[in-house]
Parts: sequence; C-alpha cells; structure tokens
Amino acid sequence: MTITKNKRKAQKDAYSAHHKKPLGQRIWRDRYLLLLFLPCLIYFILFKYAPMYGALVAFKDFKPFIGFMKSPWVGFEHFQMFFSSPDSWRLIRNTLLLGLDILLWSFPLPIVFALALNEIHNTKFKKAVQSVSYMPHFISAVVVCGMVTSFLDPVRGAVNLLIKVFGGNAVNFLAEPAYFRTIYVISEVWQTLGWSGIVYLAAISGVDPGYYEAATLDGASRLRQIWSITLPSIAPTVVTMLILRVGHVMNMNLEKVLLLQSPVTYEVSDVITTFVYRSGISNGQISYSTAVGLFSSVVNLILLVIANTASKRIADTGIF
Amino acid sequence: MVTKKQRFHIMDFFLGIFMVIIMGAILIPFIHMIAVSLSSNGPVMRGEVSLWPKGFTFDMYKHIMHDSKFFTAYSNTIQYTLIGTTISLVITAMGAYALSRKEMVGNKLFSIMITITMFFGGGMIPTYLVVKNYGLLDTMWAVVLPGAVTTWNLIVMRSFFDAFPKEIVESGMVDGLNDAGVFFRLVLPTSKAVLATIGLYYAVSLWNAYFIPFIYLNSPDLYPLQVVLQQMLTAGISEASAVEDTMIVAETMKYACVIVAIAPIMCVYPFLQKYFVKGVLVGSVKG
Repeated sequence: MTITKNKRKAQKDAYSAHHKKPLGQRIWRDRYLLLLFLPCLIYFILFKYAPMYGALVAFKDFKPFIGFMKSPWVGFEHFQMFFSSPDSWRLIRNTLLLGLDILLWSFPLPIVFALALNEIHNTKFKKAVQSVSYMPHFISAVVVCGMVTSFLDPVRGAVNLLIKVFGGNAVNFLAEPAYFRTIYVISEVWQTLGWSGIVYLAAISGVDPGYYEAATLDGASRLRQIWSITLPSIAPTVVTMLILRVGHVMNMNLEKVLLLQSPVTYEVSDVITTFVYRSGISNGQISYSTAVGLFSSVVNLILLVIANTASKRIADTGIF
Repeated sequence: MVTKKQRFHIMDFFLGIFMVIIMGAILIPFIHMIAVSLSSNGPVMRGEVSLWPKGFTFDMYKHIMHDSKFFTAYSNTIQYTLIGTTISLVITAMGAYALSRKEMVGNKLFSIMITITMFFGGGMIPTYLVVKNYGLLDTMWAVVLPGAVTTWNLIVMRSFFDAFPKEIVESGMVDGLNDAGVFFRLVLPTSKAVLATIGLYYAVSLWNAYFIPFIYLNSPDLYPLQVVLQQMLTAGISEASAVEDTMIVAETMKYACVIVAIAPIMCVYPFLQKYFVKGVLVGSVKG
C-alpha cells in the first residue's frame, strides 16, 4: 500500500469533480450501482411507502366496493370515534402497562445476566451457559405459547401438578386476567435474557483490563469493581439500548399477545395491535382500525424522539 | 504478576448456582417435551413422565410422518424459507452494497428514505390492503415478499460493506470491472460471514413466521408449519376430551410436533451461533 500524498490528492480531486458533474452524467456513471439498488428501492416503495400512503384511509370512510380513491374523506371522524369509545382508554392503558412491565423486567435482567456471566472464569462453563441462553430466542412464538399453555393447563399442566403436590388448588392461569401480564413477562424474559445480554457482554469485554488490575491492587472487592468500573464503562450502551426500548415500548410481540390472550382476559390482554387486527382484518372496519393503528404509530414516534432528546441531554449519546 | 484470577470466592459458588438455575429453566421444558413425546400412553396418562421417557417408543414420530397435513405444512415451510431467504438476501446485499458507496448519486436521499421506515410505518391494515391490491393474497408471495427486506438487516450489512477497502474497489475498476462486477467478483466472495449471518436471520424469521401467513393465506394447502402447529396445539385437548386415552395421545403428539418443528433450527444453531452473535454486534456498533 504505497499511495503517495499526491496520488491521494488526485483521487480527492477526482472525487469532488465527480460531484460537480451534471446529474444526468452522474446517473450514467453510477448506473451499475443504481441497478444494484433498484430492487431494494422498488421493495421500499411497494411495501413500505405505499402502505404509508394507504394509511390515509384512516381519514376516509373506506368502502371495499368503491375502492380507496373514491371513498369519501371524513377527516378525523374515526379518531374522534376511537377517543370517545370505551375501548380507547382500555387499549392505551393495557398497551402501556404491558409495555412498561416488559421494559421493567426484560431490560435490566439481561444486564445483570451479562455482568454475572462476565464474572465466570471457567471458559467452558461460560460458553455452555451462553449457548443455552441464546437458544430460546430462536424458538417461534407459536411454540413458546404452546409450551406456556400446556405447562399451565389446569388439569394436566406441570405447574398445576406441582401446586397440587404441595396441597394447593389448581389455577386456570390463562383464564385469569390477573396473571396475564406476569405470564407474558416471564415468557419474554425466558426468551430474551441471553440474547439481549450479548450487546452488554461485548461492551464489557471492551473495558481496559488495566482498570481491574489497578483496582485489585488497591484492594477493591469484585462487587466494588463491577459497580465502579464495569457499570460506568457500559453506561453508554445501556443508555442507547434503553432509548431503543422506550421508543418501542408500545410494540410488543403481536404474535405472542395474540396467542396467549383469550376473550376472558381482554380486559388486560387486549392491546392496540391485537385490537387493530380484530377490528380491521376479522371485522373489516378498515378505516377505523387504520386510524387506531396510525395513532399508535404517531405515539411511538413521539416516544422515540423524546427518549432520544433526553438521552442526548443526560448522557450525550443518541441514536439519531 | 497481577492476574484477574483470584482465590475461590463465595461469590463464584453463588454465580455457578445462578447459572445452573438459568440453564435448567431453559432446558428442562425441552427435556420434558422430548421425554413425553418418546413415552407410551400409559405412563404419560398417569403423569409419571418427567425428564426421562417411560415405555420408550417412536410411535408418535412415525404417526406424525404419516400425517399428510403436517407433512404438507412442513414442506411448505421449507419451500418458503428457501425461496424467501434467497430473495431477501439478494435484495438486501445488493442494496446494502450500493448504499455503502457514499459517492453514489442519490445515496443521501435513499439512506434517509430507508431510515424513516425504522421509525414510522403504514401499519398492519394499510399493508394488508396493499398486499391485497397487488393480488398476492393467498399465494406464497404474500408470505415471502412483504417482509423481504428488514431495515435493520440492511443497515447491518451496509456497515459491514462500509469497511471494504476502497483501494480494492479502485484496483478492480482499473482492471476493467464495473461496479456490479466489483460487487459480485470482489466484495461478495469476501463477505461470506455477513451473508451467512443475515441469511440466517431471514431464514429463522421465515421458519417461525405465524401471523403473516395466518392473515395472508386462506387455503389450507398453503399453510406453513407454524400455522398448522398452532391449530394442532389448540385443537388437541378440546377435540379429544371425550375419551381420556385420546387426550393423552394428543398431549404426546403436541410435544412430538413441537420437537419436529424446532429440530432444524436446534440442529443448525450451535454451529452458526458465532455468526448470529457477530451480526448483533455489528448492528449495535453502527446502528
């Protein structure tokens, strides 16, 4: 690699000259790159931007037989309808409470897990724990929920058999609204503990070992080292992850909620996305359900922006 | 010399126990399901099977293999996964490479356009209408195309290609290759790791997809594994509640189906674990 300074400069000049060329020539020059990008562009237009345009149906009164274009505009009527219906408060509350409950447990626990795993010095044991802990991430929602349903079965489920062994009475957990969130959160933690920990493990492995050596010399205990060296070192990663999570607090795994809920538990388990699915696809209330979905997308966007601004102020790291 | 190794600490003991409990919580449900699926009806019915099969038999697996519904679903899923992964990988890799070439005309615009989709989307119902309007409902393409490119995967791949040395691109150009030639002949052959990672992400999500095929497909012949599995898991008990004996068989069969459904991923994943992990890290460094 012996590129002289002059040559570098020549390249730089060529590069800026390239930008000064008229658009037509630049397109022709980059034709192969543009061709490589074309399928991607088409995909984004057809499957991401067309639906965004289609979301305007929320402001129309969509009639399947007339079509999107000819359906009349109704402005914010569907939004008004949603906010004046008893559904709105229940759905917003359920979505936020479930999202916060998930955040409360499945955000900090992977950090604790990563910190604990880092303290294990037997490499083989550490590898084994890691491999096992990633596994549930690859299991489908159908299988996870199938397992939950079957283990919690009131008659034959392992959990109720255990309760009976200890002299208790069987509980039909999935039919009790009080247990829904707990069940969901446990299954979520079970699935994501190891996988979400990867990022923190990587951040921990980037900490300069010199700090630990110095701390050991100074007689700092291991817990003290975790508290004063490891945690501050991974703080930026933690903050970034927290922003991402807060921004997505209302986007829980739709498949899992759908598979674990039943009409008996709707009072706590019905969230915005499951409601949108039922009213839009099962009941055909296209415009109304789109309006509800759009409301939740906008709230998500606002949450993300707020979280990002806050973290820029507090920790000087943001994601955009 | 100062090393991190310290004398045995009470903390190591508790950490070890903590980790064993976590491993148990993850593995025991699977071991239990395998044990039940390999047991004969009697012991399962009496609730005697916990972690080791009793009255060892492969009957249930033989039974599943001859179940035409399950078999069709399984081959559908293999088909969707193979075709879908190929399409996704081709579009993502080509697009990501073009985006990694900062001097490409329109690069800024395209990048913004793609980033926006990470924060805002049309939503479930408009996407459904669009797929319906394209005439994709009730075809394989409804499963494969709407989610073909994941913005996250595209960005992970782009940041991988960002690191490709510009000197090699230039020397390729000097040798008479155009940008497409550089991509296919120089960049792709050195990018097997990232292709494997992203390909596997796509493959796993196609294999596990439930909601998308569930809403877009109507014909039972097209149903993939997860949809049929879900039907079996929920139907089992109510269907067989009349006779005690069949109910137990239903339980054994459910677990056998679950094991068969997750087997391919479980077999492949230990070998590919390092790639998966690498993908997460590339994504987190330069998200």
